[in-house]
Amino acid sequence: MAAPDFSKLIAAAADTIAAHADELTALDQAIGDGDHGLNMKRGFEAVRTEAEAIAAKPLPDALKAVGTKLVMTVGGASGPLFGTLFMALGKELPGTPDRAALTAAFGKAIEAVSARGKSQPGQKTMLDVLQPVYEALGQGKTAEEIVDVADHAADATVPMKALRGRASFLGERSIGHMDAGARSTALLVRAISEAIEGS
Amino acid sequence: MSNVGIVIVSHSPLVAEGTADMVRQMVGDEVPLAWCGGNGHGGLGTSVEAIMGAIDRAWSEAGVAILVDLGGAETNSEMAVEMIGEPRSHKIVVCNAPIVEGAVMAATESSGGASLKEVVATAHELSPS
Repeated sequence: MAAPDFSKLIAAAADTIAAHADELTALDQAIGDGDHGLNMKRGFEAVRTEAEAIAAKPLPDALKAVGTKLVMTVGGASGPLFGTLFMALGKELPGTPDRAALTAAFGKAIEAVSARGKSQPGQKTMLDVLQPVYEALGQGKTAEEIVDVADHAADATVPMKALRGRASFLGERSIGHMDAGARSTALLVRAISEAIEGS
Repeated sequence: MSNVGIVIVSHSPLVAEGTADMVRQMVGDEVPLAWCGGNGHGGLGTSVEAIMGAIDRAWSEAGVAILVDLGGAETNSEMAVEMIGEPRSHKIVVCNAPIVEGAVMAATESSGGASLKEVVATAHELSPS
């Protein structure tokens, strides 16, 4: 794995969120409060404005800075959840991680998100994408395969019944819609994987 | 002030301010009190930054009890406590209680000089577990 230019990863993440903001909002309007696309876009654009300064930091500090920025700017519950993901990755990753270190850190980051949201995989949330991605990382899958795993995992939230967040108020009516957080997680996995591969 | 501080966090600034109003009228001014609500962009929601600010305004060495409404308010409040960090974070508790009743009961307990633990326990009694 080549060491990617962190500012390229930020640009890739912000680009994909901006390009899909309307789609994410539409997903959230179906079963949530309809602000996910706008919130995520605001957060990642805020990260983008500081990309240069963030990219100049060592990798763990850069990830923590991204997480903190997301916490402060995304709003809604997504801010702390996505922020915690990046902050925990920053806390766990060494400066130049190999696959094993990345997998281990990803596992710890999922635990942190799980604790923050008081949620487990299977409850129609971003964890339903993060967990299979973590397993794929551990199985030594290629970036391309991991992207596929993430996309399928987001699709797999459609028939799930929401047990956490605003969507859980709808109970059975949440079935048949993709979870917006799962979708944005899959988008980020794709954008970041492709940016790392392309570097 | 040495009494436990109360922070009210709602998705709606109107609910948060109204709840704070009730606490002031029913309990009085002996309790450090602050509220926040809204996403900071004119919409419903909660903001970690605003919650951290409210905790600062209601800060007491005896601690701070936070009362929240829906899920995101709780998640954001817990995040705010974590970002404030030690040693202050040990003296801040996000209560599991209905926001209006919890705030009034917690403030009532605090106004009598109760400890953070007692204030939080009073709020929690309101929640069916």
